[in-house]
Amino acid sequence: MNQPSNNQTPLLKIDDVSKVFYIREGFSNREFHAVDSASVTIEADKPEILAIVGESGSGKTTLARMVLGMEKPSVGILQYKDRVLADLSKREMRNWFYKEVQPVFQDPFAAFSPLKRIDHYLFETVRNYKMAIHKKEVEKYIDTVLQEVGLTFAEIKGRYPNELSGGQAQRVAIARALITKPSLIVADEPVSMLDASLRMSVVNMFRKLKDENQVSVIYITHDLATAFYAGDRVAVMLRGWIVEMGPAEQVLGNPLHPYTQNLKISIPTIKSSEAWKERVDLSVVEADEYTRTGCKFAGRCPAVMDICHNHIPPNIVTEGRTVKCFLYDESIEKPKNEMVEPTN
Amino acid sequence: MSTIIETKNLKAYYVTKAYGVERTVQAVDDISIQIQEGEVYGIAGESGCGKSTLLKVLLGSYKPPLTVVDGSITYHLDGEEIHAETMTEDEQQDLRWKKISYIPQGSMHVLNPVRRIQDTFHDFISAHRNVNKKESKAMTAKYLKELGLPEKVMRSFPHELSGGMRQRVTIALATILWPKLIFADEPTTALDVVVQRGVIQMLKDVQQKEGSTLILITHDIGVHANLADRIAILYAGKLVEEADTQTILNNPKHPYTQFLINSLPSLDVRDERESIPGRPPALDNPPKGCRFHERCPLAKAVCETVDPQMITVEPGHRTACHVVEEELNREPAIQ
Repeated sequence: MNQPSNNQTPLLKIDDVSKVFYIREGFSNREFHAVDSASVTIEADKPEILAIVGESGSGKTTLARMVLGMEKPSVGILQYKDRVLADLSKREMRNWFYKEVQPVFQDPFAAFSPLKRIDHYLFETVRNYKMAIHKKEVEKYIDTVLQEVGLTFAEIKGRYPNELSGGQAQRVAIARALITKPSLIVADEPVSMLDASLRMSVVNMFRKLKDENQVSVIYITHDLATAFYAGDRVAVMLRGWIVEMGPAEQVLGNPLHPYTQNLKISIPTIKSSEAWKERVDLSVVEADEYTRTGCKFAGRCPAVMDICHNHIPPNIVTEGRTVKCFLYDESIEKPKNEMVEPTN
Repeated sequence: MSTIIETKNLKAYYVTKAYGVERTVQAVDDISIQIQEGEVYGIAGESGCGKSTLLKVLLGSYKPPLTVVDGSITYHLDGEEIHAETMTEDEQQDLRWKKISYIPQGSMHVLNPVRRIQDTFHDFISAHRNVNKKESKAMTAKYLKELGLPEKVMRSFPHELSGGMRQRVTIALATILWPKLIFADEPTTALDVVVQRGVIQMLKDVQQKEGSTLILITHDIGVHANLADRIAILYAGKLVEEADTQTILNNPKHPYTQFLINSLPSLDVRDERESIPGRPPALDNPPKGCRFHERCPLAKAVCETVDPQMITVEPGHRTACHVVEEELNREPAIQ
């Protein structure tokens, strides 16, 4: 899916990036791959919403933290607009990179101090990045940014975070991110703290930002339904791996990887009672899956083969997406009683 | 089927007095429900709509500032009528865990972090039954096996288990004495979809094995659709609609329920979804009349002043809405 488009430099290039944490057990250090050789490219000329979905502990937040420069990758290179993130000086980080890439976090009430007025954050960001100098101009600028997220300056002027609803506070958080006119927003579970009735207003806003302001969004979530709704491309993560990545219609409409299939039928919907006849196996201890030698899904996979236990599956491009699974590797002989049909 | 728990015109407010300023939060306002024996009764609504307060009152475990201002809660357990709002501490102790049990939301904070699971089980069982450690261990092993949980869980500490396994252990802990009435407060919230499915599966197993009554509180309509027999929708402390699951999902009458069902994103269509305009009202100063009128597209003059009463649309389907009421009154005239 990494098509080179007209020799342009990509907006963001995540090239074979891994993050290893070490856990001390007595005298030995155990390695723990939170993100394991992930590669993603976001093109500069066509903004998109890339949804990263996965269970908790699948490494999606670690990946986001690396993109934001908050965590250094152990292996691999992160490039933003042709500049290697690790080589940027502190000053460049602050003056250029943070202007270009802005975060939105999960809980808006944790992101804002309850003792400060919420407009204070907006003023501070405008001043720090010199988007406007005089007080009048600053207010005017804040007002235009707030209007993009469906609020006005009069509504939030002098308010404390607890006086706003969750949806409003999250929209202020997004407005704060928009102040520097970023090209990329990294949103880590931006709607999971919000109520169902407010959730769609935030997700709709990301779609609007992409269409009207040409902002690319990395939308991290465990909620497949909103990922499908908002995302242009979807990357499914499992225990540090990206197991399936491609256009949302294909990956979530017709998932190929057994894990994605399992995820899809597990969403409780109005119609899912028929799909739930089979019982699910759950892992007892999460760390066991991280330390597996072969495919990390082998312990729970309905279509598991012998090779899956000892070898790491390759990335295979098929049907407009990449799948990390031996089932789609044509060089491998498959057992006859397959439970998952490879095509259609 | 007989009624196992019912409330009549239940009003439970948070009443605080500080420096002579009195403040009441009308978290549960005028709710009358009857829950039948052996059913799964779902209570849905946004955060801050009073679902957890209702659960606390139903459980009879509330302390000031939460007070029952009016109405009654009655349990019908083993032919006895028990009034929850006048229960003494000893009576509560006697009922809890044996007949009425509660599955809390955050399983991480429930299990004792410095005790192995089997010891936690022993603590709970020995508080209600006269058993020694060996007997409680055998009981726990048998029960966990019935529910399909691996045996190695018993010797683990809570932090060693995954989130889903912890939540299932909590469910096992709450139901090991086979209570008649189980309350579950957001049992699957904050779990991943696959784990969530496992937990729903287990709740179903537990409920069906002994035919217990399960009262399930969650904001996730998808979970209700897969578990509940009947659903009650709460909005700003009021019951706005109650019907069996299929009716709520396919033929909701109240505009709020319609919004709630329609705003659910699905994996089939990527059309633009509407979000409900505005925000839920603050309960210390709720709007006059229908509490939804500020956000309601169908609102009329009467909605702003008169509080709608519960009306029966069809047998088993109740809603509180002036617009629906008018339609119902009009229909016979046309015929």
